[in-house]
Amino acid sequence: MTATAPAAEAAVRKSSPGAARGPRRRPGRIRRIGLPYLLLLPALLLELLVHLVPMVIGIVMSFKELTQFYIRDWGTAPWAALDNYKVSVDFDAPVGEALLHSFLVTIAFTLLSVGLCWLIGTAAAICLQDTFRGRGLLRALFLVPYALPVYTAVITWVFMFQHDNGLVNHVLHDQLGLTDKPSFWLIGDNSFVALLTVSVWKGWPFAFLIVMAGLQNIPRELYEAAALDGAGMLQQIRRITLPSLRPVNQVLVLVLFLWTFNDFNTPYVLFGKTAPEAADLISVHIYQASFVTWNFGTGSAMSVLLLLFLLVVTGAYLVLTSRGRRAPHA
Amino acid sequence: MAPPRSFLWSRRIFLTLLTGFVLVPVYVMVSSSLKPLADVTGKFRWLPTELTVRPYIDIWSTVPLGRYFVNSLIVAGAATVCSVVIAVFSAYAVSRYTFRGKRVFTVTVLSTQMFPGILFLLPLFLIYVNIGNATGIALFGSRGGLILTYLTFSLPFSIWMLIGYFDSVPRDLDEAAMVDGCGPLGALFRVVVPAAVPGIVAVAVYAFMTAWGEVLFASVMTNDTTRTLAVGLQGYSTLNDVYWNQIMAASLVVSVPVVAGFLLLQRYLVAGLTAGAVK
Repeated sequence: MTATAPAAEAAVRKSSPGAARGPRRRPGRIRRIGLPYLLLLPALLLELLVHLVPMVIGIVMSFKELTQFYIRDWGTAPWAALDNYKVSVDFDAPVGEALLHSFLVTIAFTLLSVGLCWLIGTAAAICLQDTFRGRGLLRALFLVPYALPVYTAVITWVFMFQHDNGLVNHVLHDQLGLTDKPSFWLIGDNSFVALLTVSVWKGWPFAFLIVMAGLQNIPRELYEAAALDGAGMLQQIRRITLPSLRPVNQVLVLVLFLWTFNDFNTPYVLFGKTAPEAADLISVHIYQASFVTWNFGTGSAMSVLLLLFLLVVTGAYLVLTSRGRRAPHA
Repeated sequence: MAPPRSFLWSRRIFLTLLTGFVLVPVYVMVSSSLKPLADVTGKFRWLPTELTVRPYIDIWSTVPLGRYFVNSLIVAGAATVCSVVIAVFSAYAVSRYTFRGKRVFTVTVLSTQMFPGILFLLPLFLIYVNIGNATGIALFGSRGGLILTYLTFSLPFSIWMLIGYFDSVPRDLDEAAMVDGCGPLGALFRVVVPAAVPGIVAVAVYAFMTAWGEVLFASVMTNDTTRTLAVGLQGYSTLNDVYWNQIMAASLVVSVPVVAGFLLLQRYLVAGLTAGAVK
């Protein structure tokens, strides 16, 4: 028995009347220590098989000269030492230059998409905070893009972005006359706009959902007190809503960032195996380097670099936000 | 206290625009699925020249949609069930016990969330092929391999959310159950799980949606007989024609079950997110 047991027992007894009914059954020491591990075992095994082992293999592969000739028996592929990494970060040569370009496109895309998703989601959640007629309907409606399977949603957008028979050109050119001639949306520079539109359309409801959940935790009395003190609508949002949402937003922004940054499904369904340069997101870029040009070694090196970047960003973010949390205000 | 008039107006305008943004693609999906082929290959029209349900009949024969549907249902269903069960056990262990390696476990689980899927694609492919060669268990190209892959993708998020949810179930409750003679597992199933139903439903919905919508692994790791909807829908584009009306009809057929399920359960999802992810 540990020294804390009587205290814990007393605490239980105080809080639950049922405790008086019988003596507490104590599991054996081994069972008590072994049980958590036993409960974790299935998850551990699966994580090991599908995440950790592949990651180790991926790292090993990044040091090998792994082309399609060695894929059947990849252990025999010759060592490349740091060659794959050198090629990936040599920004003057084509491979490195393309990787850097793709990285920058992904950063720009992610920042814009996360920003817009957060903005629209938060605005919509605040708008639906009060009860009014049709609120439930709107709430359900707004969740539809999130609930739709990615490929069906993106395929619909592909159809809308078609050059000859798409809705977007029909509205912008034929109906509003905003463009001289129908534009191409899925190739060339416009593809960035197309990708961003689809990503925001699909992603903002998640922000909406989370912020809505966060809003429920803000006590109404805060608003009432603020209103009594003469604070207007905007002031209440700025002084009460946004600060109270801060912990929620910290998680939300991190999750949105990682999901958007790593998104493969949206660009892949929108553009296919090779994305246009302006919308060449890093996931598809690595896929293309590995499975289209058949250079798995370089592809793996790029993946490892990407992973290092994400680790640094996430780590820095977590440190910054936890420091913020410890600050006197928060 | 009533909100000011200016807020009401800007809210009305914003919500109208947003509704339009959300609804237009949905309208395009529905209206195009009811158009004859000539109507969707020509210039876009808001209204169909004639309404037809022909696409809804043809989708089943142009590609073996029924088979893809069954495959997706099996893969997503199995991945969901396994992922929820495993996540419940792990989250309970993390939430209720202190043990060596707990921090390592939670950090690992959290960090697998941030890995791009592309990182695992080729290594997993190699592992599955190697396991197949060594043991004769065909993981590559089988539904089993895909289930395994999917359930681990939803697992980190599920565990993470359930830890938060279980933490919000007062510890006194399951301690009282144990005092009354339940073992730890008894307390889990009689007290913690029933109290955490919203969180568990949320996790299940999330796991199902992830598996139902996944494209990357489905396109590399399936063959003709195990292909899921995510890949199968590409079959409506042939060399000569793109059957947009059938694509839209099939998309709707594929979407309706998940969207309906999601909307029915969204209350739980919001509750689950409040207690779990949002903490």
